[in-house]
Amino acid sequence: MALPVRTFDAVIVGGGGSGMRAALELARADLKVAVLSKVFPTRSHTVAAQGGVAASLGNIDEDNWHWHMYDTIKGSDYLGDQDAIEFMCRKANEVVYELEHFGMPFDRLAGGKIYQRPFGGHMREYGKSPVPRACAAADRTGHALLHTLYQANLKARTQFFVEWMALDLIRAQDGTVLGVTALEMETGEVMVLQAKATVFATGGAGRIFAASTNAFINTGDGLGMAARAGIPLQDLEFWQFHPTGVAGAGVLITEGVRGEGGYLLNKNGERFMERYAPNAKDLASRDVVSRAMATEIKEGRGAGKDGDCILLKLDHLGEEVISKRLPGIREIAKTFANVDPVKDPIPVVPTCHYQMGGIPTNYRGQVVVPANGNPETVVPGFYAAGECACVSVHGANRLGCNSLLDLLVFGKSAGETVIRDLRSEGKSHRSLPGDASDLALSRLARLDGQKSGERVADVGADMRRVMQLHCGVFRFPDLLTEGVRKIKEVAERAGRTEITDKSRTFNTARVEALELDNLVETAVASLVSADARKESRGSHDRADFHQRDDVNWMKHTLWYKQGSRLEYKPVHRKPLTVEPFEPKARVY
Amino acid sequence: MRELDRIRWRCRRGLLELDLLLSGFLERRFDRLDAAERQAFTELLDQPDNDLLDLVLGRCEPAPRYRAVVEMLRAG
Ligand SMILES: Cc1cc2nc3c(=O)[nH]c(=O)nc-3n(C[C@H](O)[C@H](O)[C@H](O)COP(=O)(O)OP(=O)(O)OC[C@H]3O[C@@H](n4cnc5c(N)ncnc54)[C@H](O)[C@@H]3O)c2cc1C
Repeated sequence: MALPVRTFDAVIVGGGGSGMRAALELARADLKVAVLSKVFPTRSHTVAAQGGVAASLGNIDEDNWHWHMYDTIKGSDYLGDQDAIEFMCRKANEVVYELEHFGMPFDRLAGGKIYQRPFGGHMREYGKSPVPRACAAADRTGHALLHTLYQANLKARTQFFVEWMALDLIRAQDGTVLGVTALEMETGEVMVLQAKATVFATGGAGRIFAASTNAFINTGDGLGMAARAGIPLQDLEFWQFHPTGVAGAGVLITEGVRGEGGYLLNKNGERFMERYAPNAKDLASRDVVSRAMATEIKEGRGAGKDGDCILLKLDHLGEEVISKRLPGIREIAKTFANVDPVKDPIPVVPTCHYQMGGIPTNYRGQVVVPANGNPETVVPGFYAAGECACVSVHGANRLGCNSLLDLLVFGKSAGETVIRDLRSEGKSHRSLPGDASDLALSRLARLDGQKSGERVADVGADMRRVMQLHCGVFRFPDLLTEGVRKIKEVAERAGRTEITDKSRTFNTARVEALELDNLVETAVASLVSADARKESRGSHDRADFHQRDDVNWMKHTLWYKQGSRLEYKPVHRKPLTVEPFEPKARVY
Repeated sequence: MRELDRIRWRCRRGLLELDLLLSGFLERRFDRLDAAERQAFTELLDQPDNDLLDLVLGRCEPAPRYRAVVEMLRAG
């Protein structure tokens, strides 16, 4: 069936921080740009970011990009690519000042310069002492960033396709990417959006876990589309967890609660952190606390009716301290945990927060795959930026406030590369292959025709349970191996989902079924990659291989959907202009 | 009903807190709203995420015509 076709210079899938930053670069160069988003752009998940964006402006204390670079590489546990990290840290000031000129309402110092706050992991002189490096707009940095970029894009005449869902990539015989198929939710119509450049900026897939701080829209659509089109997914064993999300809801409880004297209990009422970290106890680092919690749960000392959570006790602080020093916590706990923390403990679990892996790219924003003996051959016409991409600047663990920076630097960089590529490759569109829309249409036809299939919600719930139990914050060999088998079963079931509502307009059930297809690709990639990596590095923490192994494992994982096959490629250990940072033990 | 379908999708937000609160409200309560309350709820969905969350968590007070619906959202 031939679908209607619309033609653009560039199609950007995703209207969050990275997508809108890329779009702005292109629209200001007078290219014809379309931005697709499942939700109104300023409701993208970027809106959740509160902490800020990292840049070594040095407005409060001396700082420079070398120190930022060191912190980022150390944070990445030496899996980050040092050329990309240098690129990002050197560009940070420029992209932050640009954003200021676009109208971003940063907090300011009395003299008018951008105010900077301290943040975990931001250090001066190569790890010596903390330095204020985070630029923020009150506790609404992400919100302000989205609004600023949205306004700037309207001015530059970017065309927004709001409540459109991209379904699949279109590739020519030779692999060149020629655009996407997409579903307009309002009408239920499917269309081809043809482009000389396709940029993915679809955000993360944090919803693969039962416990997740991510909004429901974070379903890894870009990863699913890439995987189905034969592009490998990189380093998906690396997920950042936060120790205290409300059990069953995912909503974050700030670390400040433990800072003020709150502590964790198992089902026997034991303050177990004393066993794992006798000195720091509940104030030990995130990974130590998360690992202890996971161990208690695995060994049968979890609280709650299913024994799958830990209790965060703070009633002993008293009502006054709680409302004065921890504003908002009481409402959050009452609303999302159904407990009043003045009287009862809050059930919490280590909760998935950020995806370090993604679609493999270089620092120019081009998608790269192994071909003809080169592990990083550019896929013509295809670019990616933001949380869906793996550049890789976060390596095995992301430094706080580096994600917003990643969106700005690599959104812009992808835009610049597209402009350069379009200039050098002439102006005409290549003709679409006859089977351009087959992949998307066959998925839709399968879903519409499915008889006696399973409910999307049931398969999704099983996927999240398997990921949480088998591939969580602390990983046990027996659970990983069994998890691989189980998640592949779930993936098969995802191919037999059935929806009862077949209407066309705003059919949320259909959208959720299509999203599940993307989630399961990410879930399988994550579990298979985690099972194979026989070391502990950054966020990937194994009970049986508890050390980092630079001899055998300082390399990037690539997972292919075809046969669920793994390959590896080297880490870029050489920066662009400075001497390499050699691996050291990561102690804080 | 097409209007409900549209509203259901617009309850998908950038903040997890709102996803949870709004989807729960839609399932439990939306049926019983009168026309004016539905209109008010629909308008609230056009608010930026942070403003809407502040309203629902009681960190600020709504304009009079949203008061009834915001009270229901707060009650859960
Ligand atoms: C609670 C929380 C707090 C955080 N705080 C910070 C912080 O302080 N500092 C920091 O640096 N980082 C922070 N992060 C991380 C950071 O916010 C995210 O990594 C970042 O915002 C992701 O931006 P993005 O542009 O890649 O994607 P998103 O903002 O997630 O946007 C994705 C876009 O893609 C669209 N989309 C997805 N799939 C499709 C499809 N199939 N078709 C069409 N459109 C599609 C969506 O509609 C959306 O517009 C935080 C994360 C969380 C969860």
